[in-house]
Amino acid sequence: MSDRIFGIHGQALLYRSERMGILSSNIANADTPEYKARDLSFGDALRAAAGPAGQEGGVGQPLALQRNSPGQLTAAGAGNGAQELYRIPDQPALDGNTVDMERERVRFTENAVAYQTTLSFLNSRIKGINSALTGQ
Amino acid sequence: MSLFSIFNVASSAMSAQSLRLNATASNMANANSVATKPEDAYKAREPVFQQVLEQNGGTGVRVMGITQSNAANPALYQPGNPLANKDGYVYSSNVNPVEEMVNMLSASRSYQTNVQVMDTAKNLALRTLQLGQ
Repeated sequence: MSDRIFGIHGQALLYRSERMGILSSNIANADTPEYKARDLSFGDALRAAAGPAGQEGGVGQPLALQRNSPGQLTAAGAGNGAQELYRIPDQPALDGNTVDMERERVRFTENAVAYQTTLSFLNSRIKGINSALTGQ
Repeated sequence: MSLFSIFNVASSAMSAQSLRLNATASNMANANSVATKPEDAYKAREPVFQQVLEQNGGTGVRVMGITQSNAANPALYQPGNPLANKDGYVYSSNVNPVEEMVNMLSASRSYQTNVQVMDTAKNLALRTLQLGQ
């Protein structure tokens, strides 16, 4: 039901907050030796949200592993079907760190703007439904 | 991983960077300290960071340990110094002020970035709470 009202935006919000956590981990570990920068694949998240081919509007959730502790990994990396991938560095540091601070900052900002965009989509949908319910 | 785990990640990075700033401050403060023997002279300290998985997702930072610089402590000829050995030499610290300056800039920039990350996460979480109002 909520998927029919909010469409893809509910999952987009999940993806954005998940990605924000990963990007903030990258920024936090900018000076940590052997840290490998990571990111979420948007394509994978979109494919998982769109569902299997031929199923219109289907929300395809991949099979999830049962987790007993939040520290355990999920089968798909992130909860919403997006793969967590290592970034390919332009210029890896000698200490094994692959965080490129400028790129991470740009991606973080871009992701925050996209999060707000999704929020405003959700907000306008909620307002539309509210006015339909009150009939004014 | 929720938006709230970003607070844990960013705060761990902030405390790690402030410890690094602290070590830099100690090094700069002791740049001109001298001692009678080279093994007693001040050695530049630097923290080593390590990634750590946070409880509710995300990768934070912790300080694995503090390393001491292996650089030689330069001997200075100061016969009037009360700490001088019988040949008139004192051993000064092996702090490199240029390295410390760079370290200080890098630490304070990283700290600022993490404060901005936390601020953005806070604003987005507040906006999410106001959804539909």
